[in-house]
Amino acid sequence: MEFILALSIGVLGGSGVWLVMRPRTFQVIIGLSLLSYAVNLFIFSMGRFPIGAPPVLEPGTAGDPAHFADPVPQALVLTAIVIGFATTALFLVVMLASRGLTGGDHVDGRGRDE
Amino acid sequence: MPSHDLFLATAVALPFLGALIAALLPSNARNLEAWLAGGVALAVLLMVWLCYPAVAAGQVLRTEIPWVPTLGLDLVLRMDGFASVFAAMVAGIGFLVVLYARYYMAPEDPVPRFFAFLLAFMGAMMGLVLSGNLIQLVFFWELTSLFSFLLIGYWQHSAAARDGARMALTVTATGGLALFAGVLVLGHIVGSYDLDRVLASGDRVREHPLYLLALGLILAGALTKSAQFPFHFWLPQAMAAPTPVSAYLHSATLVKAGIFLMARLWPVLAGTDAWFWTVGTAGLATLLLGAYVAIFQHDMKGLLAYSTISHLGLITLLLGLNSELAMVAAIFHTLNHATFKASLFMAAGIIDHETGTRDIRRLSGLNRSMPFTARLALVAAAAMAGVPLLNGFISKEMFFTEALTATTGTFTLLHAALPIAATIASIFAVTYSLRFVHGAFFGPDTDALPKTPHEPPQWMRVPVEVLVFGCMVVGILPAATIGPFLDVAVRSVLGGATPEYSLAVWHGFNLPLIMSLGALAGGVLLYLLLQRHLNAGVEGTPLLERWDGRRIFDDVMVFLSWRFARTLERLLGTRRLQMQLRLLVILGFVAAAWALSPHGLRPGPVAMTGIDPAIAIIWAVGAACAIGAAYQAKYHRLAALILLGGVGLVTCMTFIWFSAPDLALTQLLVEVVTTVLLLLGLRWLPRRIESRGAGDLRARLRRWRDIIIAAVAGAGLSALSYATMTRASPDGISRFFLERAYSEGGGTNVVNVILVDFRGFDTLGEIVVVGVVALTVFALLRRFRPARESIEVPEQQRDEEGSRDGDWLMIPAVIMRLLFPAIGVIAIYLLLRGHDLPGGGFVAGLTFSVAIILQYMAGGARWVEDRLRVHPLRWMAAGLLLAAGTGIGAAVFGRPFLTSFFAYADLGWLGKLPMASAMAFDIGVFALVFGATVLILIAIAHQSVRSQRAAPRLEQPAGDA
Repeated sequence: MEFILALSIGVLGGSGVWLVMRPRTFQVIIGLSLLSYAVNLFIFSMGRFPIGAPPVLEPGTAGDPAHFADPVPQALVLTAIVIGFATTALFLVVMLASRGLTGGDHVDGRGRDE
Repeated sequence: MPSHDLFLATAVALPFLGALIAALLPSNARNLEAWLAGGVALAVLLMVWLCYPAVAAGQVLRTEIPWVPTLGLDLVLRMDGFASVFAAMVAGIGFLVVLYARYYMAPEDPVPRFFAFLLAFMGAMMGLVLSGNLIQLVFFWELTSLFSFLLIGYWQHSAAARDGARMALTVTATGGLALFAGVLVLGHIVGSYDLDRVLASGDRVREHPLYLLALGLILAGALTKSAQFPFHFWLPQAMAAPTPVSAYLHSATLVKAGIFLMARLWPVLAGTDAWFWTVGTAGLATLLLGAYVAIFQHDMKGLLAYSTISHLGLITLLLGLNSELAMVAAIFHTLNHATFKASLFMAAGIIDHETGTRDIRRLSGLNRSMPFTARLALVAAAAMAGVPLLNGFISKEMFFTEALTATTGTFTLLHAALPIAATIASIFAVTYSLRFVHGAFFGPDTDALPKTPHEPPQWMRVPVEVLVFGCMVVGILPAATIGPFLDVAVRSVLGGATPEYSLAVWHGFNLPLIMSLGALAGGVLLYLLLQRHLNAGVEGTPLLERWDGRRIFDDVMVFLSWRFARTLERLLGTRRLQMQLRLLVILGFVAAAWALSPHGLRPGPVAMTGIDPAIAIIWAVGAACAIGAAYQAKYHRLAALILLGGVGLVTCMTFIWFSAPDLALTQLLVEVVTTVLLLLGLRWLPRRIESRGAGDLRARLRRWRDIIIAAVAGAGLSALSYATMTRASPDGISRFFLERAYSEGGGTNVVNVILVDFRGFDTLGEIVVVGVVALTVFALLRRFRPARESIEVPEQQRDEEGSRDGDWLMIPAVIMRLLFPAIGVIAIYLLLRGHDLPGGGFVAGLTFSVAIILQYMAGGARWVEDRLRVHPLRWMAAGLLLAAGTGIGAAVFGRPFLTSFFAYADLGWLGKLPMASAMAFDIGVFALVFGATVLILIAIAHQSVRSQRAAPRLEQPAGDA
């Protein structure tokens, strides 16, 4: 299981890195999204992979870490997902503005092809 | 005695306060400004006077205001005799300059700025001389540099003023940085920055191996500030300042700060050969060079500037002689020079003011049109030349005596040269003083002046009269007037080592007197010999034409700030984002590899959990989607977007599988919203048609290089993740949260409790970020101008005739409308249960915004907005206020910010509702996330509506942009 997830993180991250280095703004947006999936999964994996143990307690009890998934990486990733959404939106709008101003979609604002 | 605390604090703080008030007065309030500034200066002088009796009795007054006591940083004000004399000089001459400036400044000059800077400079200067802590001293030192920059550049419209100001700041502030470093070294040697402790550890400092370093750095600061060779060139350029500024800064105060520092640290740093050679050589070179160049200046202020440089060199040389008597002479000459040079600057300013020029070649015969000013200038210039019965004479006699006695002890070339150099410099001084007086006031009347010369207003002359009176009184009765004050100052610096000295006009017919008389005669002779050259009006200094410090400075500046910077930029910089990101990726990889290299990257000891085929299949799809998205993102954006969504869904399933329901929910909704957002953006991108076999060899090579980089980065990520996952996770802080989520947070969903309770402050920050991003998007899109080719209705929305077709998605539209209340209820349900079960404000906000977006998709922006008006900005504001208000609410009960309170409300058959105050916080999160998301989506969606309205106008041939 660890092997599959590690491999997947690598594939997501590699695809993201490749796209981030591309010359078109849309490619960079997709690349950043893929990278953020990879990073979120990596942080999430710090809690390892318990099955059927969501960190939701029985009322009136104190939880034992042995029986529940680690809530800290989950809280961190939840925050990261929301912030990731916000930055994607911001980048999209910057991309649109640059497209309107330069007439092209090159990352350096150049009009025509590389 | 606590009263001196008040006096000292007032003496430093009052000028800054006055500066603040002066800056706020109306721009034509010349009189009010002058009253204010003059009052402040007098009040500061009074404070110094009130402290003086204690200081004169040998006390050292100290006021300490703790700041960072653990680092030895306190605000310490300290006044001893030396500081009190300097402070009195700063305040006293400051007052006279203010009076003078009232008449000097033209009505059209913006005086609030002038007086505000002048007062602030006075405050900085007071802070400098009254500092009892070295770091604090450097701070005020830099402040004086800064305000002198602002004052020199006061006439911003003049290029000379701007350049002069910049040069002065560059030189003195660079010196200030060196001084700061030097002070740090000195503090390191002593173990304290406190001035008293530093002054008490002279022997320790001089024997320390770091002594030379500290000395070099501190002298770099002092010598630049006091315009010593080779840093002297900034002072003549600073003459572009208004004359009151020159009179104040460049005669009495700013340039004396370096002297002050060297004298202040004299007991600690002086007494070594290194001190003698550096300070002595710099002083001697400056003394001769300044005096020589001064003779050939045609600008009166330029002449005075070089003469100032020369006199500063004299004082520096005295300080460098390592003799107590020379120290006495140095302090004495500092006071004398301030008196006569300030009055000479003021006289030059009066001449400039009343005739319109300062060029000695054009001025002539002013003795008849402005007799009073002429006589005042005559006396002051005579003091500068060292004529007997004036103050300059006495300190110059002391200098000659010292120059002669220095030769009796050790004997080096420098020692031998001293008496000769002193005499030559005195000859030069007599010559340029003569030139100043004779050139301007004597000779035939001239009509070639811009204005008809006449006497200035009476009050403009008063400061000059006061100063010249001082020159005469001190010159005739030194022991009775300046004597006691000088004694207090000298004793506070030298302590027990204070030598016997005599302040008298007549010491008998001795060698120094012969030197003086010889210098007077030689100076007159030299002036007569140079008449032809000077009258020819040639620019520049004979023999030194090629030695222009200013040009060297400019060359260095151009090299550093332009050529060198450009070369570096060309060699190392890039404006291309791709290159930057590539470097970033490589750097990140190298950094990670470097950090790991000592440990090696091996799989850990923990056994793998079994492979579940379902997860394997899911991730096979996920990886395929990721690679597909990477492949398609250039030409098939929609396909790439769909594949990206696929990756998102796989991620979401992984979260569910491994016990993270909250994450899965959030991921799912963010996926939906992001996809809608990107879909809205797609419409504005340029069309890109795939061309087969595209790209030459270089493009293909580039692509392969990037693929290799990406593959290596991906492999690195995999290896790193794998190595991490096969190790036991350390016992982190999760036990704390799991054990206390219910007992202290009142919720069973630990993730939500962490977000809204334990780490509520982080979440507050996060929703602020989301709100800021939404507002930024909104603001950016208000100025959005789409590219011309994407303004028309897109091809897909047109029917065969090319007109807009309104009938699409009819059946889904009905379903979407019907779903609105259902989604709304789900959102509220998720919100309310969030504390105990998966859900919460983030998820609920996103869900509710999806409900709104569906309506926009089904009916179009106009249809929705005719029926339902969402005010995203109000939602955001309300959410933020509620979230922050909940936090502040805790303060009402005397608890820290964001402390939560909880209870369960029994709703009968509906069940129990958790009623923590965190609930209100979560509602705030909900409202803000909802508002922000909707704001972003609606803003982008509206571009279509707006641009189509604008389209017909753009089709007109009018060339509007």
